[in-house]
Amino acid sequence: MLAAAGLALALGHAILQLPQAAVSLPTQVAGNMGQSGVEHPVTAVLLNFRGYDTLLEVAVLLLAFFGVMALSQTQSMCPAEPAHALLQALARLLAPLMVLVAGYLLWIGAYAPGGAFQAGAVLAAAGVMLRLAGLLPAWAQPGRLLRTGLVAGLLVFVVVALIALGQGVLLQYPSSAAGTLILLIETGLALSIGLTLSGLYLCSMETRA
Amino acid sequence: MNAALLYALAGVVLFAVGVAGLLALPHLLRKILAFNILGSGAFLVLVGLGQRDGVVDPVPQAMVLTGIVVAIAATALALALARHLYERTGRMQLPESRGAEPESRDD
Repeated sequence: MLAAAGLALALGHAILQLPQAAVSLPTQVAGNMGQSGVEHPVTAVLLNFRGYDTLLEVAVLLLAFFGVMALSQTQSMCPAEPAHALLQALARLLAPLMVLVAGYLLWIGAYAPGGAFQAGAVLAAAGVMLRLAGLLPAWAQPGRLLRTGLVAGLLVFVVVALIALGQGVLLQYPSSAAGTLILLIETGLALSIGLTLSGLYLCSMETRA
Repeated sequence: MNAALLYALAGVVLFAVGVAGLLALPHLLRKILAFNILGSGAFLVLVGLGQRDGVVDPVPQAMVLTGIVVAIAATALALALARHLYERTGRMQLPESRGAEPESRDD
């Protein structure tokens, strides 16, 4: 306890002593926004200026999912326990709305806060909700379609990166097509992130014997 | 002292709480929770320091967004591992933190 307080004091002191940043990143980002293909700076950083981070992050997410799936001991698709009828009706009503919200978040990411991750999180929430309402079975072994969906985001990202590599630098999109490419990548990402995040839950939710 | 710096300092406190919990608590679920608190503290420091001049820096924000997703992935994997350990051994503690009960396990 005492050590933790000491750590907090030392770190807090260090933060107060920090010098000004030598490079002004906001100015650089603002200066390059014209070539980024989107209008929101965070999206521009995520998918254009620092696309590497996002690419590897999706790979990490997928790896974690593989780990969870390998540890899950479900033998067969176990059907969910049916929940209360009212809950099921509400879930059926909410799920399409959540897909709509996810689509909106995906689209608005180019102009305002939003984007693939937020959209994916909403999709995943819809998946978890359907599971809790007993409308979705747990995943024992994801079928071919599901597997394709899981890796689609990473694959689209890698393919776009490789095409861009042909013109010089990895993940440096031509500024004329950048907006379209980013939307393409984000669509794949949102789908895969939604599936992976709900899969992290669905795969580990098997019923006990 | 502006609001952004206050966020960063609050992040430092959260970070220290997380470190203390991670080291001191033997229960795995609590360790995972402490790890998340620690991570949230680091995110708060990054975002807070990123706007201490009054200008919001989008780069730390994007980094934190990346970090949140990685933290979720790590947490899910940790929970799955902890659960697997529980099913195997019936314990929610790491072997070395069992402390002063040196059982002789011959396996």
